[in-house]
Amino acid sequence: MTTRPADRGGDEILLAFTRALRAAGVPVTHDRAHGFLAATSVLGLDDQRATYLAGRATLCAGPDDLERYDRVFTAFFGPDGLPRSRPAQPGGVPGFSGLPDDDGSGVGDDAEEEVVRARASATEVLRHRDVATLSAAEKQRLAAMFATLRPRPPVRRTARHQRWHRGQVDAPRTLRASLRRMGEPAEIAWRRRGVRPRRVVLLIDVSGSMSGYADALLRLAHRFTQVGRGQGGVVETFTVGTRLTHLTRVMRIRDPERALVAAGETVPDWSGGTRLGETLRFFLDRWGQRGMARGAVVVVFSDGWERGDPTLLGEQMARLRRVAHRVVWVNPHRGKVGYEPVQQGVLAALPHCDDFVAGHSLATFAELSEVISRA
Amino acid sequence: MEPSTPADIAGRLGATGYLCDDALATVTFLALRMQRPLLLEGEPGTGKTALAEAVAESLDRPLVRLQCYEGIDATQALYDWDFPRQILHLRALEAAGRDSSVEEAEKSLYDARFLLARPVLRALQESPAVLLVDEVDRADDEFEAFLLEVLSTYQVSIPELGTVRAATPPIVVLTSNRTRELHDALKRRCLYHWIDHPGLDREVEIVRSRAPEVSAALARQVVGVVQDLRARDDLQKPPGVAETLDWARALTYLGTAELDLAAASATLGALVKYREDADRVRHALDRMLRA
Repeated sequence: MTTRPADRGGDEILLAFTRALRAAGVPVTHDRAHGFLAATSVLGLDDQRATYLAGRATLCAGPDDLERYDRVFTAFFGPDGLPRSRPAQPGGVPGFSGLPDDDGSGVGDDAEEEVVRARASATEVLRHRDVATLSAAEKQRLAAMFATLRPRPPVRRTARHQRWHRGQVDAPRTLRASLRRMGEPAEIAWRRRGVRPRRVVLLIDVSGSMSGYADALLRLAHRFTQVGRGQGGVVETFTVGTRLTHLTRVMRIRDPERALVAAGETVPDWSGGTRLGETLRFFLDRWGQRGMARGAVVVVFSDGWERGDPTLLGEQMARLRRVAHRVVWVNPHRGKVGYEPVQQGVLAALPHCDDFVAGHSLATFAELSEVISRA
Repeated sequence: MEPSTPADIAGRLGATGYLCDDALATVTFLALRMQRPLLLEGEPGTGKTALAEAVAESLDRPLVRLQCYEGIDATQALYDWDFPRQILHLRALEAAGRDSSVEEAEKSLYDARFLLARPVLRALQESPAVLLVDEVDRADDEFEAFLLEVLSTYQVSIPELGTVRAATPPIVVLTSNRTRELHDALKRRCLYHWIDHPGLDREVEIVRSRAPEVSAALARQVVGVVQDLRARDDLQKPPGVAETLDWARALTYLGTAELDLAAASATLGALVKYREDADRVRHALDRMLRA
């Protein structure tokens, strides 16, 4: 606390530090700040290293916070008291960049007037249009149509049982019933295994070749996340490109427009290159193999243009398939006339996919959600 | 009896063979003094579970372990009634022919002797204890909410018996492998610490203290190789400290005084657990040992 004026109280300085942390993006709540003060009072205020450790334990909630915390601490208190090593950072610091701004050919309001007049059939046409070729106005209308998608989450059996009128004998409940009758045999209770929504993991390629679809795919991911949440399911979303970005939190924002803007601010590698194999390996190492992909339905949205080594992609897809319950590859070019899976990435990945489906229009997205819910 | 400084804690843990840096010692000290649960995250095999064991040993308190898994619920964590024994008890009452009222019979059914105490309840009863909630990220969200309730009050109410309260709150250590984010409410209640892989010298010390049968030269060699392997990024599962220990012991049992390729290949199964990794490590070892 050497850099602060001496007439300030110790608590005041510490609280100012928590505010600085909050400004830097560490979610410091009041009870956390309170815990920090309590911890420093236990350890004593005279030791900078101890203050550093107290804050690390009470104010941080994950490895992402630790890095920010170190930065703010150094800026606030000076460079001493820093740790010798830091935990490995996933994906690096998110940068700021907007959503891709590709509106196709600029069609004005007049054109929309035309469309409105023939809405009934136009809606149906729009459902089958390739989203990459839509104009800005059409995109806007399509965005509203995403609300018509009603994806059902896939289910798995659970360890817990539910009451049922047939199935296995429910011994504890039967015994409880008989206890109520002083141990006399009573009606036999039955049970069956319950079901729970299975986890769905969406990996969305946001590289340059997929930029026309990024907006629609994120909307789809948002829809999956929101509907899934309503039914108790978990949908995890990542973007892949040159690096891996965890978007689940952002996708949980209820309003689709705000969620998409937030996604635009979080993902650092819009329209970059594709290193699918490497990012997939990173996903598996960091998240997938530990449990996120285990027993999950993993959906990869990509056109398979791989800049890196296709054998690595094949290897990682094989790994993914061993871990996941079902692997679905969605390719926007799949549904187009004359498409052949000749890209090296697709060739390498295809043997390790359970499903290979199209994903370029709302209609194909509806089919995809059918495939996922049946998985 | 109670440790008074972080250095004191580090010393006591060191006496049990668990070597920790000042950060971990400070957090552990805070957890003891502030009576807050300690949430440990980190790569597998960095000694998260071992810390709880070491704390229990150094403070001479019983360790109660709750291993979490998908679908775990309150009856597996808290308590359950022993139905078969209750039934037998009823039959015994009947056979004895004592004419007791239904209410009395029922009351005698919900007696402490028919209560099966599961880990959390046991940790409260055997106070002061150390409660280890292992791999909490494997459990469901509902279970987290339940844990939150217990950890905030350190008491459990059993409708038929009353409330069980710990005389001294247990020291609670939660570990997580980060397969999913824990809920913020639970995290807020805990002190957080990320355990990293130790550096070269520290890891050599750990090997020497946990496996005294390994010679100093071999320990240094083994740790050097393991640290090099961790620095590579192409392994599916980089070896943790637990694997280092296993490997060093395996080599010692084979009578290896100095690491060579033949002995290393033969014992590789103690170090890496994937076939792809084993191939890569074998190639790398060849180069490393020649250098």
